[in-house]
Amino acid sequence: MSLIEIKKLIKIYSDDGVDTRALDGVSLTINDGEFVAITGASGSGKSTLLQILGCLDRSTDGSYTFEGKEVSSYSDAELARIRNEKLGFVFQSFNLLPRLSVLDNVVLPLVYAGVSKKERVERAEAMIDLVGLADRRGYQASQLSGGQKQRVAIARALVNNPKVIFADEPTGNLDSKSGAVVLEFLQMLNDQGRTLVVVTHELYVAEAARRTVHIVDGRIDSDQPVAHRRIIAKDGFIK
Amino acid sequence: MISFTDIGRSALMGLSSHKSRTFLTMLGIVIGILSIMVVMSLGQGANELILGEFQKFGPNNIFILPGRQPTGPSGAASTLLSDSLTQKDLSDLENPANVPEAVGVVPVVFGQQPMVYESQTYTAMILGSNQDIARLFALNISNGRFFDSNDVADRAPVAVLGATTAKELFGGNDPVGRKIRINNQILQVIGVLQTQGAGSFINFDKAVIAPYPIVQDNILGIKYFQRIVVEGSSPALVPAMIKDVTTLLRNNHNITDPSKDDFSIQTQASIAQTVGTVTSILTVLLASIAAISLVVGGVGIMNIMLVSVTERTREIGLRKALGATSGNILLQFLFEAAALTVLGGCIGVAGGIGVSWLVSFAANYWWGIAFPFVISVSGILLGVVVSGTIGLVFGIFPAWRAARKSPIEALRYE
Repeated sequence: MSLIEIKKLIKIYSDDGVDTRALDGVSLTINDGEFVAITGASGSGKSTLLQILGCLDRSTDGSYTFEGKEVSSYSDAELARIRNEKLGFVFQSFNLLPRLSVLDNVVLPLVYAGVSKKERVERAEAMIDLVGLADRRGYQASQLSGGQKQRVAIARALVNNPKVIFADEPTGNLDSKSGAVVLEFLQMLNDQGRTLVVVTHELYVAEAARRTVHIVDGRIDSDQPVAHRRIIAKDGFIK
Repeated sequence: MISFTDIGRSALMGLSSHKSRTFLTMLGIVIGILSIMVVMSLGQGANELILGEFQKFGPNNIFILPGRQPTGPSGAASTLLSDSLTQKDLSDLENPANVPEAVGVVPVVFGQQPMVYESQTYTAMILGSNQDIARLFALNISNGRFFDSNDVADRAPVAVLGATTAKELFGGNDPVGRKIRINNQILQVIGVLQTQGAGSFINFDKAVIAPYPIVQDNILGIKYFQRIVVEGSSPALVPAMIKDVTTLLRNNHNITDPSKDDFSIQTQASIAQTVGTVTSILTVLLASIAAISLVVGGVGIMNIMLVSVTERTREIGLRKALGATSGNILLQFLFEAAALTVLGGCIGVAGGIGVSWLVSFAANYWWGIAFPFVISVSGILLGVVVSGTIGLVFGIFPAWRAARKSPIEALRYE
């Protein structure tokens, strides 16, 4: 069974009576364990697609089934629960709460999941250790470098053990060295069987994936496996 | 599901991690509540002060004023110049056969005069009366003695100083036994009053009291009285006493037509009625000021809440992206707003009490006005309820607006 399946998805933004068609009939299937890069020029609709796939926004028309269930039938509270339990997010601008500690940031999804205090601290610490920031647990998020922030964001995305991780330009705000660390991490997660959907306009990020979906003007232009996959840990990464 | 304590903890974390924002928001609430409370407390205090002054007249006493019934500010001034109350009136009033209800008759003459002791000069009120004025106004002696009926009968050149007058003329020295000069009349100081506090219609602290004959003849140069107070034994006898006094004075002054009375009689009740207008104006004024401070405080709280919650729209978006429901968000902001308003309310109430106390203390200390320290319960209620409601509504409303958006819309908010 496919994990994600969308059919003829349409998203129209209305702003002051002007309609913008961001997605114009997109159909796509993503299976468990895939690493999909969604590419396209800015304004092509790739981020919109990711947001709808990530249940952060609703489509105007078309169908979206996640794990075999139609997403539009879910209430807002049910969507919140799906985001909490099944999905993880990594944003270009990190979106950490700057005044909270690294630990408090990573713990956040577990708080909303209602995990007990002891367990969530253990799990969050394990994730922080995993992304190599064990010595930064108590730091305020605002005190970290960009690369460290994004690693915290990855730890936060992972802490609920989600089915899919959605990343929107995860290396967009990072230098090549930090970007390499983040991408290497994403590849490692995929190797462990986690499904990844990454939006990027950068070729080398797309080359790290297993499949690229190219969007032009709200439609899928091409959808193909990556021919020469770059393994970041081995091949390195130059911006 | 997230537990209630965790939402509370998130709220407290939100507050403690943004200390300056928390402080400013709370300040808005504190000032809102404080201003209403202080205005209402001071207003109530002023009201009590004014009413208390008229209570001091005592319900047993009647005041005889010379001249016609005062009908306005100029009318009140004309009573001072009127010379209709004479020594004969006083003697007749003192005669129990004429006014059997009276237990005491106290004549009063007064005027502003410079008083001189050696090189010191202090302009104060010279008050001429008899020994009963001490009882009538509950004047207590701190040093020496008050003059007695013999001093009055003998036209003794003695004086009792108010506390401020004594301090101004003698500094720290004991005035008793020394001589002061008022309008070329030498008076020997025989006593000093305890501090009475100002506010009564006579400020005894800044006065000098002497037997009336010498004040009339040698200092003020007048033959009449400016007030005569007749002390009754009980409030129930006041109407009969007014009737007797009126009959006596009309006889003495050969008045047959009551509309031509050249004196008027005031009682505590009639004065309270006169000042009722003043206090009701005061009440309206204070209510208006309180209403304005309520609006100003409310708008202040509203603004700071709107701004501080609206600037957290992105945070709300993020929390929703991580799995918070709109209900979770609302509850967190309700917690935060409640914590802010409760804490701000407590500080505001405490501050309001503090400022009210400070004002009454300052009034006593610097101006010698016995301003009562009042805590206005209605002020507290009004301040807390209105500020609290505004704080809660405008702490939650923007959060509700943000929580209604899709997570991505809130995240993109700038």
